[in-house]
Amino acid sequence: MTDELQALTEQAEAAVDEAGSVAALEEVRVAYLGKKGRLTEQLKQLGKLPADERPAAGQAINAAKQRVTERLEDRRAALEQAELDAALEADRVDVTLPGRAEQPGGLHPITRTLQRIESMFRGVGFAIAEGPEVEDDYHNFEALNIPADHPARAMHDTFYFDARHLLRTHTSPVQIRVMEAEGAPVRVIAPGRVYRCDSDLTHTPMFHQVEGLVVDEGVTFGDLKAVLEDFVRQFFEADLALRFRPSYFPFTEPSAEVDVECMFCHGDGCRVCSGSGWLEILGCGMVHPAVFEAAGIDAERYTGYAFGMGVERLAMLRYGVNDLRIFFENDLRFLRQFR
Amino acid sequence: MRISEHWLREWVAIPEATTELAERLTMAGLEVDVVETAAPAFSGVVIGEIIECEQHPDAERLRVCQVSDGTDEPKTVVCGAPNAVAGLKAPFARVGARLPEGMKIKAAKLRGVKSFGMLCAARELGLSEESAGLMALPADAPAGGDLREWLDLDDPVIEVELTPNRSDCLSMAGVAREVGVLTRNPVSEPAIEAVLATSEATLAVTLESPADCPRYCGRIIRGVDTGAPTPTWLAERLRRAGIRPLSIVVDITNYLMLELGQPMHAFDLATLAGGIRVRQAQAGERLALLNGDTVTLAAGTLVIADDQKPVALAGVMGGGDTAVGDGTTDIFLEAAFFAPSAIAGRAREYGLHTDSSHRFERGVDPARCREAMERATAMVLTYAGGEPGPVTEAMDAAHLPEARRVTLRPARANALLGTAIDDEAMRETLTRLGMAPEEKGDHWEVLAPSWRFDIAREVDLIEEIARIHGYDRLPSRRTALPASIPPESESRVALARIRSLLVDRGYHEAITYSFVSEALQSALDPEHTPLALANPLSSDMGVMRSSLWPGLVGAVVHNRNRQMARVRLFEAGLRFRGTLEALDQTPVIAGVVTGPAFAQHWDEPERPVGFFDLKGDVEALLALAAPERGCRFEAESHPALHPGQTARVYLEDRPIGWLGALHPRQARALDLDKAVYLFELEQSAFQGRALPAFQPISRFPAIRRDLAVVVAESVTAESVRECIREAAGEALQSVQLFDVYRGKGVQEGCKSLAMGLIVQDYSRTLTDEEVDAIQQDVIRALAEGLGAELRE
Repeated sequence: MTDELQALTEQAEAAVDEAGSVAALEEVRVAYLGKKGRLTEQLKQLGKLPADERPAAGQAINAAKQRVTERLEDRRAALEQAELDAALEADRVDVTLPGRAEQPGGLHPITRTLQRIESMFRGVGFAIAEGPEVEDDYHNFEALNIPADHPARAMHDTFYFDARHLLRTHTSPVQIRVMEAEGAPVRVIAPGRVYRCDSDLTHTPMFHQVEGLVVDEGVTFGDLKAVLEDFVRQFFEADLALRFRPSYFPFTEPSAEVDVECMFCHGDGCRVCSGSGWLEILGCGMVHPAVFEAAGIDAERYTGYAFGMGVERLAMLRYGVNDLRIFFENDLRFLRQFR
Repeated sequence: MRISEHWLREWVAIPEATTELAERLTMAGLEVDVVETAAPAFSGVVIGEIIECEQHPDAERLRVCQVSDGTDEPKTVVCGAPNAVAGLKAPFARVGARLPEGMKIKAAKLRGVKSFGMLCAARELGLSEESAGLMALPADAPAGGDLREWLDLDDPVIEVELTPNRSDCLSMAGVAREVGVLTRNPVSEPAIEAVLATSEATLAVTLESPADCPRYCGRIIRGVDTGAPTPTWLAERLRRAGIRPLSIVVDITNYLMLELGQPMHAFDLATLAGGIRVRQAQAGERLALLNGDTVTLAAGTLVIADDQKPVALAGVMGGGDTAVGDGTTDIFLEAAFFAPSAIAGRAREYGLHTDSSHRFERGVDPARCREAMERATAMVLTYAGGEPGPVTEAMDAAHLPEARRVTLRPARANALLGTAIDDEAMRETLTRLGMAPEEKGDHWEVLAPSWRFDIAREVDLIEEIARIHGYDRLPSRRTALPASIPPESESRVALARIRSLLVDRGYHEAITYSFVSEALQSALDPEHTPLALANPLSSDMGVMRSSLWPGLVGAVVHNRNRQMARVRLFEAGLRFRGTLEALDQTPVIAGVVTGPAFAQHWDEPERPVGFFDLKGDVEALLALAAPERGCRFEAESHPALHPGQTARVYLEDRPIGWLGALHPRQARALDLDKAVYLFELEQSAFQGRALPAFQPISRFPAIRRDLAVVVAESVTAESVRECIREAAGEALQSVQLFDVYRGKGVQEGCKSLAMGLIVQDYSRTLTDEEVDAIQQDVIRALAEGLGAELRE
């Protein structure tokens, strides 16, 4: 290689190394390797050489071009990488800053509880039934085997509109309405608001119940026990013991109150269960034949069971809410806890 | 019902551990609420006797007593009780004693006199709620004896919450009978013998309303010392049952009620004019009761009357004027059977609830009157003396409750319970319950006992069998579900979906009371006459809501008062409109928003929520309800809403709800300083949605033409859109309103609407000429129909 070529090559390499951007590098490429570039020009000078020197000189020039090209491509890659890095760096955001969009609100814990109950019972073939909240005396009491002056009425603290109309005190009238409308067999739950004329730390004048009713041929107390055992364990997602105690409701017989093993102390006794180890959570029983008679269903052919549970009670136990009244204050600081 | 365990033991053998007894009662349907001892814990209290009692030298209201506590040396005790007197026996808390509230007794100096212990009032020992000086103990109480032991205060008292069907257990006799059945132990009743009359004195008894009162026993006892003390054991038994001892005769009648379940009453014979008439009251008769109230009687109320006037509200409460009092010497005792139907509801009607009415309205054993009368007589003679006359018993057998004959099919019992209990076990259970069955082929016949008012049909017997067998022993059964698929309408949007949509748009769900303040409701919904409750808890909850807005606005106020700037709430529930005879209980969904449109954000300017934010939410709901059905918003007026920001929502020309800004006047009245927006839609709008019906997708390009027109302010965007839709014809796919402009270049009182028209054909590519023609048709129609001018 001639000294001149050597110098030119080194000059080109230095220019490559000095190029600070892809654009500058491109200028260098044009200056040395472009059609009129200085290295390319060298090839054009070959013709001036004697013929026998040409191959060697041509080779030397091509080698030099090759060397510069490689150096240039390496440099280009490095520059592109650096430019990309810089661009990426410039686009960097603080990923901990809050995103832009509406955050979801939440369902009321009572609705949340109701939806959970409904989906569990739907899963075993129950339909959802509804009934009016302003009820008549017949459906709320009479047809449920609670005649006027029955002592059970005193326990209901009823809101009245007139002698015949009232706010339903339980979801049980839906039993009657469903049977009247559809006859037997029946397999429904009836969730909804109920009302009692009572207000203190542990009572609100409005609360929610879920009523269940199954009527068919051959329904037994054993079916009732099984469905409630399964429900309670699935609802609380815990293998809790259940206790069926004889009780009294005018519209079921035999009647039972159901206690669940306290999920806070597992039966050892604590403040929540008042030391008893048990929590009363629902009432149930076999449909009283008088109810079947009122609803026009053959009480010999069909048997059935019914149950009723307080939704607030279940929600309080499930979510650890210790104040009943807070459910209806609609305080966002409370509601936000249920998203 | 409070049961003294030691008293119960006199009747029937019971398990050693009280907890076991309580468990068995509970599991038999007699739910035990609580078990507590007859007195709260205290120690070191003995029977003291005041030997001497002198005035304290330096304190007018104190005495210095010498108290014998059974030891050799009397103790000096300074005492402030007015009834402290030499010879009195009273509980004495020695130095070192601990009283129920944790007080420890120490030697003390009171106004210079040293005192070693304390003489106690009943209240200080947790034995009474009233304070009436020292608790006087009878003369035969042994000085120095341990008070707890002597009064048997460690006796467990079991409080049972009885269901209304089990009136048979409202007495010691009844509970003992039940326990006997559960433990298979015999029950020993007290021997009750007839007391021979020592006088001829009688009072005629007439049953004028025999269906209400078919049996009435009365007896005169003359010369009774009604001031005689009630023996301690008797007073203690009453106290343990929660009844305050009053005076010997009244205490005895109460005791019989507790023991045998027979409510009784004692009249002062001297105050009765003539014989006893059990009759229905005439409307307007008045009766002054024992508790001091005077009631005006309604026709039909059963009363005990003498020849002149009502003297007692039968089975509920005696009259004040005829009650046994301080000067009474001759008494007339009553033990009667009143039919539950005659008593049920009466007490409540007069605002009363008594131990007696509680029992009679649930059912009292009609066979016990006479026994109770004889036993009460014997006790009166024992503790207060007197000369008894013969028992007068008026009875109308035809009206006595008939012993009910009930059929039981053992197979039916097993079928209902899902059990295989054998006949022998059933027979034994019924026999133990006093209902020995008589076999009649495939069924049995059972005679319900006189004390059971809840045995009337087969299922009542089945319940008894289940109860005694034990509910915990009834097997659970899991059966296969019938394999039928329930109907599932696709045309109805589930409420859960509607709720989800709002939740996802930042709403929290509220649940507000269905009854609201009439004042607030009439401010927000004056056009509907509210349905008022006859017995509201308060005027704030006086009327049924005719809209969900009062409740939601109330919730906004609640939250605004708690520094919540941004509130977004919705509620789903019924609203009530109309009269009782024609009441609409309509499911609606309603919402309220106030405060900033978005939660404060570092990269977004804050702005208050506005009409179109809320409208966007409502449109999203309507998109669920009726994507393909016509929904319209019409500017109309609503009394609760801002006149310029109110829209009524129509679905297929049926009004389904409203949205708008709360009227500033209402907002001011509620101290709401920020604009509040409300909506309410009928849930029925979310039913009847059509199924998606597939349309082929056009293979040909869509063409967009933008158009800006100037119209008068009064021309609504909807009318412009409507006009375009009609003029453009079938090729028009959609109209996008993308700008509304007022100001420079647009005449005052007008606005410019810029819209993109998208046209497309299913069979070919539209030519420029065709699209131009459509555009010209639109421009012409807008000009002719709405006076619109094309904006260049």
